[in-house]
Amino acid sequence: MRVLPPPAFLHGWVARWCLPALVLLLLLAAPAVLSGFRMGLLGKFLTFAILALSLNLVWGYGGMLSLGHGVFFGLGGYAMAMFLKLEAARDKLPDFMFWSGLTELPIFWEPFRHAWFALPMTFILPAALAGGLGYLVFRSRITGVYFALITQALALIVSILFVGQQPYTGGTNGITNFRTIFGFSVTGAGTQLAMYYITVAFLALTYLLCHWIIASRLGRLLVAMRDDENRVRFSGYNPAVLKTAVFTLSAGLAGVSGALFVPQVGIISPSLMGIVPSIEIAIWVAVGGRGVLMGAVLGAIVVNGAKSLFSESFPDIWQYFLGALFVGAVLMFPSGIMGFFRSEGWRPGWRALTQARAAVLKK
Amino acid sequence: MDVWALQIFNGVSLSTILLLIALGLALSFGLMNVINLAHGEFIMIGAYTVYALQQAAIAFTGGPMADWTFIVALPLVFLIAALMGLLVERTVIRFLYRRPLDTLLATWGAALILQQLARSIFGAPNVQVVAPLWLGGNLDLGGDLVLPFKRLFIIAVALVCLAGIYWYMYRSNEGRRMRAVMQNRDMAASLGVSTRRVDSLTFALGAGLAGVAGWALTLIGPIGPSLGTFYVVDAFIVVILGGMGQIPGTILAAFIIGMFNTIFEYGTTAVVGKVLVFTLVILFLQWRPAGLMRLRSR
Repeated sequence: MRVLPPPAFLHGWVARWCLPALVLLLLLAAPAVLSGFRMGLLGKFLTFAILALSLNLVWGYGGMLSLGHGVFFGLGGYAMAMFLKLEAARDKLPDFMFWSGLTELPIFWEPFRHAWFALPMTFILPAALAGGLGYLVFRSRITGVYFALITQALALIVSILFVGQQPYTGGTNGITNFRTIFGFSVTGAGTQLAMYYITVAFLALTYLLCHWIIASRLGRLLVAMRDDENRVRFSGYNPAVLKTAVFTLSAGLAGVSGALFVPQVGIISPSLMGIVPSIEIAIWVAVGGRGVLMGAVLGAIVVNGAKSLFSESFPDIWQYFLGALFVGAVLMFPSGIMGFFRSEGWRPGWRALTQARAAVLKK
Repeated sequence: MDVWALQIFNGVSLSTILLLIALGLALSFGLMNVINLAHGEFIMIGAYTVYALQQAAIAFTGGPMADWTFIVALPLVFLIAALMGLLVERTVIRFLYRRPLDTLLATWGAALILQQLARSIFGAPNVQVVAPLWLGGNLDLGGDLVLPFKRLFIIAVALVCLAGIYWYMYRSNEGRRMRAVMQNRDMAASLGVSTRRVDSLTFALGAGLAGVAGWALTLIGPIGPSLGTFYVVDAFIVVILGGMGQIPGTILAAFIIGMFNTIFEYGTTAVVGKVLVFTLVILFLQWRPAGLMRLRSR
């Protein structure tokens, strides 16, 4: 599908930065015009945008469709929630442990009292899981559909594991009822505004990090592995190590997005990390445009915006719509929203990328 | 000793259901290189067909006929699930051959629509199919070994289906064409095999088998709109372990997964059992990345 080329002023480095800069400006100005409730929603969507960026890195650029990114998001969220829960419980046992009959704090909860431990853990925990699984999987050259199905099984297993360990994880209800974050009330308007800006800052940082990776040698290798892994291997690189590195980083970023999600929304539960939420991340990226960083951000905001708009009033219709979105985004608009910007003359790099993907899809 | 015999029996029973589900997945992957995430929904459709038929029978004829609707439902279940499969193949999958990752997403969309359809028609809560009275008993083999007729019946039906598949694949003309397309699509096409037709038929067959699995599951517990999701992930693991598109591999893998699941569940809990099986499969793939068996073609 070919669309009209964008106007000439959209070429070059102006193009590369003007859309992201515009989005950033809008996000910075948003709290001035939005109500507290809408701003909270937008803040939540922005954490999803970080999550979508992390998936876009592995899927859009690396061709590894992970259907288990909800798990990494959830692990980061749980690490944050443990910290907040212990802060809320002060010196007592968290309420759900007490209800499940525990008499003292489990040992692995103890270090999460400290911010210097809990906050890095939101990145390290998911990254470690992804690193271990990724190395085993990529080492045995499991790719494509096999990889997607294995990560999907991971999503199923981790979510039922968390449901089953009620005394340690809060079971189906997850962890909720937080009071304060570093002494500030989590529900306070000031705290929410601060969390919003922190999320915007993290989103911008993640964007820059991803941009830097994509432009680096690693990024070129990533795209090369997506298009022809054997050729990269024969050129003397070790795809298993490279892919594991990117997958690990992506999982860590997903964990950070989970950690930002928890204080704003006030809950983390297994239903946020199972099969269904994990695959929905893929649809945000697909709608926005895979293999384009801005696509992931826009996709996450647009799809979730539509979701909260629709599902408040017509939950049934939303399910049909979401189903149709999955089918339609893949069948009719494989390059997503950003596809409208991407055509002849936009930027040679993008053109080459599109053509390479088209070649892969045809193969 | 009896305890172990019972575990093995339960394992075989789970394996046969997994096998019915996984066969369709394995066939469509081997043939078309597509993975169908809506496969679980054919299980759900099969189960709800039994339920709808039974409710209709109770409404129109009162109690006594309801017992027999269960048996009458079997061919109907196969047919309806197969037709739904054909519909999904024609409207979605047809356009996505050789784009396996995209089929994952598109068929997930189809699954969401089918699930919501079931919710709109039958309501979100689980429903229960009344098992026929004549399946209520047990086969007492002495000692503590008591085998429920229901499970024996499921095993028997699965074996009949398996025999049917064997006949279809290795003794019928359609099956010969299917194997030909699996081995070399272009060559088969140039020799006059209508690969489009083979694809559709195979996909419908796989969906029909999943429907039969759903029919069997109504004997075991209540059914709901998301019934399929739970079983289909296990079936994916079976297909990965067995080697994509391999019937003997799939059969072997279904029995291994079914057995290990039951045995681990007995030793620990259902959840820990699943985690152990998943870990073992990942470790096994380190040793044989292509699964138990692999189709070799030129």
